[in-house]
Amino acid sequence: MNNSTSPAQSPGKSGVIHNTLVYMRQHWQLYVLFILPAFLLTLIFKYIPMGGVLIAFMDYNPFRGLLGSEWVGFEHFERFLTSPDFLRYLANTLKLSVFGLLWGFPVPILLAFLLNRILSKGIKRKIQLVLYMPNFVSVIVLCGIVRILLSPTGMINSLLGTSANFMTMPQAFRTIYIASGIWQGAGWASIIYTAALSNASKDLKEAAVIDGANLIQQIKAVEWPAIKDTVLIQFIMQVGNVMSIGFEKAYALQTDLNLNASEIISTYVYKKGILDGDYGFSTAVGLFNTVINVILLVSMNKIVQRMNEGKGI
Amino acid sequence: MKKKSEFAKYPAEDKAILIVGYILLGLFVVAILLPMAYIILASFIEPVTLQNSGLTFDFSKWTLMAYERVISNAQIWIGFKNAIIYSVVFTVLSVVITLLAAYPMSRPDFRGRGLFNTMFIITMFFGGGLIPTYLLISNLGMLDSMWAVVLPGAFSVWNMIIARTYYQGVPRDLQEAAEIDGATEMVYFFKILLPVCTPIIATLAMWQFVGMWNSYFDAMIYLNSASKQPLQLVLRSILIQNQPEPGMVSDMQSTAARAQLAELLKYATIIISSLPLMVMYPFFQKYFDSGIMAGAVKG
Repeated sequence: MNNSTSPAQSPGKSGVIHNTLVYMRQHWQLYVLFILPAFLLTLIFKYIPMGGVLIAFMDYNPFRGLLGSEWVGFEHFERFLTSPDFLRYLANTLKLSVFGLLWGFPVPILLAFLLNRILSKGIKRKIQLVLYMPNFVSVIVLCGIVRILLSPTGMINSLLGTSANFMTMPQAFRTIYIASGIWQGAGWASIIYTAALSNASKDLKEAAVIDGANLIQQIKAVEWPAIKDTVLIQFIMQVGNVMSIGFEKAYALQTDLNLNASEIISTYVYKKGILDGDYGFSTAVGLFNTVINVILLVSMNKIVQRMNEGKGI
Repeated sequence: MKKKSEFAKYPAEDKAILIVGYILLGLFVVAILLPMAYIILASFIEPVTLQNSGLTFDFSKWTLMAYERVISNAQIWIGFKNAIIYSVVFTVLSVVITLLAAYPMSRPDFRGRGLFNTMFIITMFFGGGLIPTYLLISNLGMLDSMWAVVLPGAFSVWNMIIARTYYQGVPRDLQEAAEIDGATEMVYFFKILLPVCTPIIATLAMWQFVGMWNSYFDAMIYLNSASKQPLQLVLRSILIQNQPEPGMVSDMQSTAARAQLAELLKYATIIISSLPLMVMYPFFQKYFDSGIMAGAVKG
């Protein structure tokens, strides 16, 4: 390990390169066996498509390829940004994720607090098992269940005594999407908070009880401090992801009649690109989305890093 | 008895708050179980009765017809078979590649660590998007092949970071002891490091398996032949597009009867397709926390 990497007194440039080569020869397995597969997959399936975003500035013709197609500059972006649909799709995307975040974010925290206050370990485990279950239901099955329950003759309508067709109402789409999201994800998302809460020292809690602190005071003094950092980091990370809202669920809940609310950027990119074959335009719309996303993610990441250094604001 | 006394320790107003809380929690649990119970019960009821009067406990109106028709449909089984193949291949590939890559990335002395790290992290923020990826897959001749679904996402940077964090928590003495014994990288990795990492391996495997089993987007855009469709795509045509597999309902005389039957088939399809994961996930409960915690430590 240390034969030729003798304490580098003045590691000149060639010295550094030499040391690296020696290291690589000694530890060739790290490069060839351990990291190579991941490196190749990343190079091929992530970096080549990154080059492919040039299509966004082209009138791309699959038969002529990247080199033979004509450059059109920002034409696709202009077409998208000036179209009346642009604002609607952007608003649909943002509303769906921002409202989803506002409604959905507190629920897992509340669940964790309540689970933490269940005294019987056995009951707690059973409740958790039920809470986690919807996470293992697939998007398609979830949306299938939603469609069944909300159909004009379904369970919800018979409970309400109505026969509304909710799936065709644009004004109902966001509620359906967000509520079913909470149904599916809140229990699973509570794990991280439950784990953080279990770190809240038992002694500290007992001391608080002896001091005569009531429930609210205990939460303020013991439990909230234990999960505060986790809550903040989770929130910031989710804010960073508002533009990367998934395709699968929105698409599976779309009907021809609720498109006014349910067409979001990712479903639009799919329809334009894969279904209509409008490659350049679709790529441009996708790139627009990615760029906003990157800006959001990078700034949110900066905030998290600053928090970690300062040990949580 | 002890539990009761612990609850009794709370002052009266705290008890009130707690009881409201427990009720809320109970309602959430009921909200999860109720739709499931409804689907299970409805799947046994004759299509006409279900359409006209909903659930009934008059067992003369119960039938196993929906299950018989779903189980005897070939496409469902093709879907199951493909889903198992894709999920197993994807899980094995992904976990192996991710665990391997995480090892050099966990070593402070690894030359090029910063470079690889930057290369990997960039892909978490920026990507080529749908069409460039689709064109690449198409140019590689991978359209309508399992590899289009299984390969592009096989290396997960996020999971690599989690595995790396876990490795770094393994005491260094173990490695130093191995080095003194003259163990090579491979021996240390396979014989010493991996055996103490089983919780994280199980967690990653579970995530990848469930993720692949439940997804449909990649299969929808890359796979065209009916013989290659995974379960979720078969479910999509039955549940979302209202198109039962040919043969499931075609023997019914009237359009109305076909529509009623198609509706009933959805219930049985949901039950049959969800059963495997519903039965399996409780066995993995002990791994849920470990994975989430490892990910939370260094975000």
